[in-house]
Amino acid sequence: MTSANDLRPRPGEKLVFDVNPVLNERVTHYCPGCHHGIAHRLVSEVLHELGVAHKTILVASVGCATFTYDYFNVDSVEAPHGRACAVATGVRRARPEAVVFTYQGDGDMAAIGTGESLHAANRGEKITAVFINNTVYGMTGGQMAPTTLVGQKTTTTIHGRNFSNEGGPIRLTEIMAQLQGVAYAARCSLDSVKHVKEAKKAVRRAFDVQLAGLGFGFVELLSGCPTNWHMTPTAANKRIATDMIPVFPLGVFKDVGAAEANAVKEPGNA
Amino acid sequence: MSRIVILEERCKGCRLCVEACPVKVVRPSGRFNRQGYEVVEMDGKCTGCASCAVMCPDAAIRVFKSAGKSREGAGA
Repeated sequence: MTSANDLRPRPGEKLVFDVNPVLNERVTHYCPGCHHGIAHRLVSEVLHELGVAHKTILVASVGCATFTYDYFNVDSVEAPHGRACAVATGVRRARPEAVVFTYQGDGDMAAIGTGESLHAANRGEKITAVFINNTVYGMTGGQMAPTTLVGQKTTTTIHGRNFSNEGGPIRLTEIMAQLQGVAYAARCSLDSVKHVKEAKKAVRRAFDVQLAGLGFGFVELLSGCPTNWHMTPTAANKRIATDMIPVFPLGVFKDVGAAEANAVKEPGNA
Repeated sequence: MSRIVILEERCKGCRLCVEACPVKVVRPSGRFNRQGYEVVEMDGKCTGCASCAVMCPDAAIRVFKSAGKSREGAGA
């Protein structure tokens, strides 16, 4: 068992990894192996590094991530289902000094809230949207999402998603990258150590463009849902690599501030 | 020697850390926490790379790296 002494560095040791103060101590309600926890940590680390947590306002969405506001030590607003970007628009315009971000799943942002999200992005609102794509409606019990892969079995597509009936997975990052108001659009994955580190850089850039006033920052994070995929967390991670990434290619699709970002690039930003 | 500390009441036993560890020193412990999850433990020579902590969805791992090595901790 761990004792209080174990939690402190012993002589000759250095604490190299710990929770940052933006994420609070509460144990999350997410299922074992759910990538929401990793996404929360990345966002909190970025806010901590930027030193903006005290003036950050989180706009929470509806879905598994509804209780996001319980885990961040920042001010927050709960938006109606799908309307986080619209609420964030109002928050940012009323409080121009604040750093505003939304945290939305695929049911929230890519289904019920597509209109609000795309139009907020198109207006170039100075907000950051973190979009969690796990190809399924998690909270309501594993129904088909717009992002569900063709052939994937869900509780509403029991023989697998059929393209001629239900269409194909919506690629939101590519759509976002087409819009003039979007300053940064990237898709990352949370399935491996390398990809998580890349994801953190993308989240950082999505906040950088907001702080620089360049426009809408968007980052899509491919995540696992072991519970609704009926897999172990390890198998779910493998599914992201084998099934999801070929359909949802990773990469930065738009970055209008890339040149100036390189100029102010900080060392040691893993 | 570097080491990790598992905050056992935060661990949900998903074992993503077991998979992520490049030197395979993280393993299921056979012990259960108050929530009923089987927690993991460290057994062997940890390099302090923090891969397990990077993959941990529940921020349940603290990593201590022993000084005197030229390689810096990975963080993330």
